[in-house]
Amino acid sequence: MLTALDKKLLQEIADLHGEPPGAFNIRKDGEGIERRSLEGIEIKPKKDQPGIEVIVAPGKEGTVHIPVILTETDLSDLVYNKIDIGEQANITLVAGCGIHNPGTGNAQHDGIHEIYVRKGARLVYTEKHFGEGEKGGKKVLNPKTVLYVEEGAYAELELVQIRGVDHTTRVTEAEVQAGGRLVMYERLLTDGEQSANSDVLVKLMAEESTARIVSRSVAQGHSRQSFNPRLLAYGPGRGHVECDSIIMDQATVRSVPEIWAENSEAELVHEAAIGKIAGEQLIKLMALGLTEEEAEEAIINGFLK
Amino acid sequence: MLSLENIYLELEVEDQKVPILQDVNLNFEAGKMYALTGPNGSGKSSVARVAMGIYRQSSGKVLYNGEDISNLGISERARRGIGYAFQHPPRFKGMPVKDMIEMAFKYSDGYDCQVLRDIGLCPDQYLERTLDNSLSGGEIKRIEIATLLAQNPRVRIFDEPEAGIDLWSFEQLIDVIGNSHRQDTTTVVISHQEKILNMVDEIVLIREGTVSMRGSREEIWPQIKESAECPCRKSCRLEEEIYADCPR
Repeated sequence: MLTALDKKLLQEIADLHGEPPGAFNIRKDGEGIERRSLEGIEIKPKKDQPGIEVIVAPGKEGTVHIPVILTETDLSDLVYNKIDIGEQANITLVAGCGIHNPGTGNAQHDGIHEIYVRKGARLVYTEKHFGEGEKGGKKVLNPKTVLYVEEGAYAELELVQIRGVDHTTRVTEAEVQAGGRLVMYERLLTDGEQSANSDVLVKLMAEESTARIVSRSVAQGHSRQSFNPRLLAYGPGRGHVECDSIIMDQATVRSVPEIWAENSEAELVHEAAIGKIAGEQLIKLMALGLTEEEAEEAIINGFLK
Repeated sequence: MLSLENIYLELEVEDQKVPILQDVNLNFEAGKMYALTGPNGSGKSSVARVAMGIYRQSSGKVLYNGEDISNLGISERARRGIGYAFQHPPRFKGMPVKDMIEMAFKYSDGYDCQVLRDIGLCPDQYLERTLDNSLSGGEIKRIEIATLLAQNPRVRIFDEPEAGIDLWSFEQLIDVIGNSHRQDTTTVVISHQEKILNMVDEIVLIREGTVSMRGSREEIWPQIKESAECPCRKSCRLEEEIYADCPR
């Protein structure tokens, strides 16, 4: 039975206002508490490790929600999820983790996702992180996503963390086969003493494989961010890495994009920028009547949209 | 409606105070259209930026409907009814046109998306577009004009609205500026374009940071044309030196 707090966390991370549509698995404080499989979308617990297996039959269309919520302090939750999207299937998968830490100890979730997007399949994957708590206990999230995009498949990842998480180390790895396409959007905002590290490694394995990695972040307060997106082309693939950060207050941002080609037909591009909010942008919005604080918020919201 | 009294402005450039405006006195009345014109770098945009509160004058006063607004910030002046369309509007990564227009509506009496149509931009095509490098300079400029119209201020200052706009859109732009002007509004257009200078009630010529000439279009326009003739005919020492060997 979901409590009001559980429902609030689910709304924050998955925009859920009740029972999720489609197939789902809700994990709370280290245990699966509600689950529903559908014809063609099977969700079952793993036998050898904590976590679940999601198996989508070829050609199946639908949505799958697998949110995780933590509501206790002094809790460390580790899961290994395996997701297999069958050939020609079309799936929207909503993951994410919401933490309400009621105490002074740590509340930590380490989620390791192994995702197979089989030939010709399409996956839109959203992972949103959220943290809250009044007594100062840390909220820590360390997701690792390993993705295999097979021939002609398409995978779109949207990875979002807007405030509330004290520390995160995110690892994303992907292999894209011939004709496969990967698009990854990462949006991150840190504040106070928070820190966030993101390591991305995308391998373009064969001809006509493409990847686009877009990272947008805002670092406020004394927070620290580090980005290390790497794009490797073993075959004649095409890829673009774009890292863009707004730095404010006494924050620190480190961005080290890397492109690496092992094939003379590969085309790889990277762009990285770190800068403060432009004065003319603030002036423009203030000339519409917004206060400086409202203008700053509007610019950040747009940037992270 | 809006007055600038004895305005002096100095800006710091490379640790040096540079005089930009000297003893500028201007009064813009309700129901009238004005053009500020003059050579590049003469201080036209600086006059507008002092009026909007973007630059703070070194001395002098800015009055709006008789109230001294010299110490008010940009936001407060905007909320009172002063609007400024930038010569070079900034771009905003990720911000949709719709959000910008909605922010402009926030303190206005209420307009609708007709403002985009007025300026030749179909709302269906543009509202979801983002104000970044995916839009051309001309599109950004037209959205800037639409934003000012959405804001619906009493004093509307257009800073070189024609810059970067194609000829076809320019004709439309003149219509939009003309049609948006009302008896209770004051329109100030910074421009070098004859067509714009022809549509206003008064022309102000700014030269070297001061008001060099001011008057009705009929009075001023012939003098401006005269003064804008070939510099070799003027008694400028530097030009005389440069053109010392000029066979003319």
